[in-house]
Amino acid sequence: MQLDEFFVTGEPLIYGGMVSIALVTIAILFILTYFKKWGWLWREWLTTVDHKKIGVMYILSALAMLFRGGVDAMMMRVQLAFPNMNFLNAQHYDEIFTTHGTVMIIFMAMPFLIGLMNIIVPLQIGARDFAFPYLNALSFWSFLFGAMLFNISFVIGGSPDAGWTSYTPLAGAAMSPGPGQNFYLMGLQLSGIGTLATGINLMVTILKMRAPKMKMFQMPIFTWSTLITSFIIVFAFPILTVALALMTLDRIFGAQFFTLTGEGMPMMWANLFWMWGHPEVYIVILPAFGIFSEVICTFARKQLFGYKAMVWAIILIAGLSFLVWVHHFFTMGAGAFVNSVFSISTMLIAVPTGVKIFNWLGTLYKSKIKNTVAMMWALAFIPSFVIGGVTGVMLGMASADYQFHNTYFLVAHFHYVLIAGTVFACFSGLVFWYPKMFGHKLNERIGKWSFWFFVIGFHVCFFPQYFVGLDGMPRRVFTIIPEWMPLNIISTIGAFGMGAGFAIFVFCILYSYRYSEREKSGDSWGDGRTLEWATPTPVPFYNFATLPEIDSQDAYVKLKEEGRTTFEEDKLEPIHMPNNTGQPIIMMGFLFFASFGLVFEWMWMAIAFLIAGLIMMVVRSFDYDEGYHVEVDEIKRIERSARGL
Amino acid sequence: MSSHELKTGPLEYRRQEDQMTILGFWIFLGAEIVLFATLFATYAVLFGRTADSTPPMELFEPGIVLIMTFLLLTSSFTCGLAIHEMRRGNAKALRNWMIITLILGATFLGFEIYEFIHYAHEGATMQSSAYWSAFFTLAGTHGLHVTLGIGWVILLLIQLAKRGLTPKTSRKFFVIGLYWHFLDVVWIFIFTSVYLIGMVV
Amino acid sequence: MTDHNKRIPTQHVIGFALSIALTLLAAWTALGSNLSTMWIISSIMILAVIQAGIQLFMFMHVVESDSHNGHVPWNMMFHGAVLAAILVAGSLFVMSFGFTHDHDGENHEQHEQQDSGDHSDMDMEGDGEHEGH
Repeated sequence: MQLDEFFVTGEPLIYGGMVSIALVTIAILFILTYFKKWGWLWREWLTTVDHKKIGVMYILSALAMLFRGGVDAMMMRVQLAFPNMNFLNAQHYDEIFTTHGTVMIIFMAMPFLIGLMNIIVPLQIGARDFAFPYLNALSFWSFLFGAMLFNISFVIGGSPDAGWTSYTPLAGAAMSPGPGQNFYLMGLQLSGIGTLATGINLMVTILKMRAPKMKMFQMPIFTWSTLITSFIIVFAFPILTVALALMTLDRIFGAQFFTLTGEGMPMMWANLFWMWGHPEVYIVILPAFGIFSEVICTFARKQLFGYKAMVWAIILIAGLSFLVWVHHFFTMGAGAFVNSVFSISTMLIAVPTGVKIFNWLGTLYKSKIKNTVAMMWALAFIPSFVIGGVTGVMLGMASADYQFHNTYFLVAHFHYVLIAGTVFACFSGLVFWYPKMFGHKLNERIGKWSFWFFVIGFHVCFFPQYFVGLDGMPRRVFTIIPEWMPLNIISTIGAFGMGAGFAIFVFCILYSYRYSEREKSGDSWGDGRTLEWATPTPVPFYNFATLPEIDSQDAYVKLKEEGRTTFEEDKLEPIHMPNNTGQPIIMMGFLFFASFGLVFEWMWMAIAFLIAGLIMMVVRSFDYDEGYHVEVDEIKRIERSARGL
Repeated sequence: MSSHELKTGPLEYRRQEDQMTILGFWIFLGAEIVLFATLFATYAVLFGRTADSTPPMELFEPGIVLIMTFLLLTSSFTCGLAIHEMRRGNAKALRNWMIITLILGATFLGFEIYEFIHYAHEGATMQSSAYWSAFFTLAGTHGLHVTLGIGWVILLLIQLAKRGLTPKTSRKFFVIGLYWHFLDVVWIFIFTSVYLIGMVV
Repeated sequence: MTDHNKRIPTQHVIGFALSIALTLLAAWTALGSNLSTMWIISSIMILAVIQAGIQLFMFMHVVESDSHNGHVPWNMMFHGAVLAAILVAGSLFVMSFGFTHDHDGENHEQHEQQDSGDHSDMDMEGDGEHEGH
């Protein structure tokens, strides 16, 4: 293979990307070396098994991915603003909408939420870490290496260009030769391992490590939504694993699953993809519901209205999520009966979702709302998400779907649910829990600017797309006709509004790092209701010096009333903690190179690194490291300084 | 992360961290069910799509398939006996039954490899049609699991020799036991829905 | 299940004998009996499910009070099985209904409907395009 086949050539935008990647890498290497931070980086971050640090790394990576996906989005919007634009050519446009979708769902939305779960869930249930801290580190590195593998495709080998859904036969070897599509397959496969492991890890953590006497129906709603999400992950991700493996077999080893030869069935890919894909939608929306519930309760300063109804609604949504997958391809032509069945099951989902909306409204009713930035994101979510939900029911009607399918109406719908749901929740949750993570709040004034830019930009961008879709503009076209121009220009302006909102948000992080007051109390907002606020800020690495007994919902409200804390000196015992380890990053590094070899079909490389990865697993099997104990005196010292006693 | 240890009950359940590992493995088996179910679904949908290659009816032979099934059923039984002996505190019997399980598993694999090579000679390969892709992937994924299981048991036997029966080694053996029985369950369904139905329809 | 100290594991032996018997029964049903294909398939699938149950309860101890894991293992197995049924039956339902490639059976009428349906859809799409331009 020649070097110019290895690197992507001929696109000025991509050359720009290469130069900036090189510059940023050199800058990072230089800074680490100059300030002698290599040892610190390795000891404190790369080998950590602390759920809080892993969560922070998840969120930082997700923000980087949001930036990457956002740049893709703005490039698309520029290309679509005017008819016959020459900003991107057809091929480049295809690559960009593919990477935009994949990055945003797999490498931004999920890691962001998993990052928040990592940090918050153990704190909310009174646990000292995950059930399997080592596995948690492994999950993170598998996600990060998967994301890196997918992201380097645009400078090395070429990006995938068959859409984030990668429908066959287009994505098959015959029609998409070369490494591009392999990057999609291997990148998702690698990060999928981590997602499944996280799902198992969180389930066991929540089921087995709750504070003494905390019942299931006393858990905070975010923890509940995490538990149900993990359940969906465990049952949905293996489907993706298999689907990706089958397509890999097709492309690299000449199998005939989704091909047009050998009686293969291309639509079987769509079937499998959406059997995972639809539950996946709920994997990214249920935790968002959980975050909004926490934020709304806290700043409405009331107990959640209809807690049990909320929990059952989540469970019902999770169950239904496995029964609606065909609504993504009604137009396949499976016959009226099949479509009717799935049309009805789809519309059923609106019922539990409606229940949740009324729960939030019920919580807000007659409450004294504190108008913080986190609360504003939550309040903006409710009406915006309802618009997305209602248009979703419209799409769910099979016969009408023949009109909406593959138009911008659909594009507008899923951006309304995914941005108003998931992205708003990510911002809301990050702002809300930021003081717990970093020991200082984000600046509220700047936060409000970023909120207004982003929310107004969002509606300006996507509301017109419903209408341009009804006017017949199909999705995934790289150029428009003059009739669609006015609405598209408005849409592009909105997209840049969102970009500005994101930029202001990043500025807000930097500004607050420099100027915000450091937190002195653990209960930063003064209205905390759940256990995470009972810990001091910054949270000690073992989280809880003593575990409080829990006998009610909103555990921290009761603790505050009774004047109890998570530091009862007479009950202190040595705390068992796991040791840091470099194995996860090394193991996943090997699997990264194995996947890279498979992408280019260099079998010697794939096999060699796969064996190296297996050796790491053997090393792990023989590793009888039992961790260490934190002694009582040290706990006392840490708690006293953290609590200012 | 409590370090409290129970005084009674099977060794593998005494420490909370071992209980959690076993629970985590059950959840993982839930995921494995779905993984194999997806392969079964693909196989079912692609059934009959043999294109120009030999149909399964002409290749499947009841004799060899029944031998393979009995080998695996017996290995599942001996694995159960191994765990039973482990709970009686008999490390040596655990080791011996585990070794017998290994031999049975390896023989099963040998038959499966022979079978695959035989089919390939008759013109049925991964590449020849959608049906055969699905068949080799489904049976092959099961075979790969058995292979990994064999490697895993060997690692555990070394650890048993080094450390004896402790809560941690007991837990590890219990988990591999679950894994092995699970592979037997999967094989029952492969035997039924691939071979038997393949010979009937 | 509770007595770990018995020398002879009765339960394992019964389980093993049952699974051998059920396997032979399934093989005989498929290869030796005169039942119709439909009956063969449904009865051997039921036999397989029974065998899976034997493995789960008699060998794997899916419910065991010593485990301190409550009903969760059983819960995961049950939901896994439900989802497996959804996956297999659902895929067959979606991918074959009105979609099959044999043109000689009862499905013929279905096909005709399907075809005419397709045509009208194509017309509708065509109209849409005209409006667009």
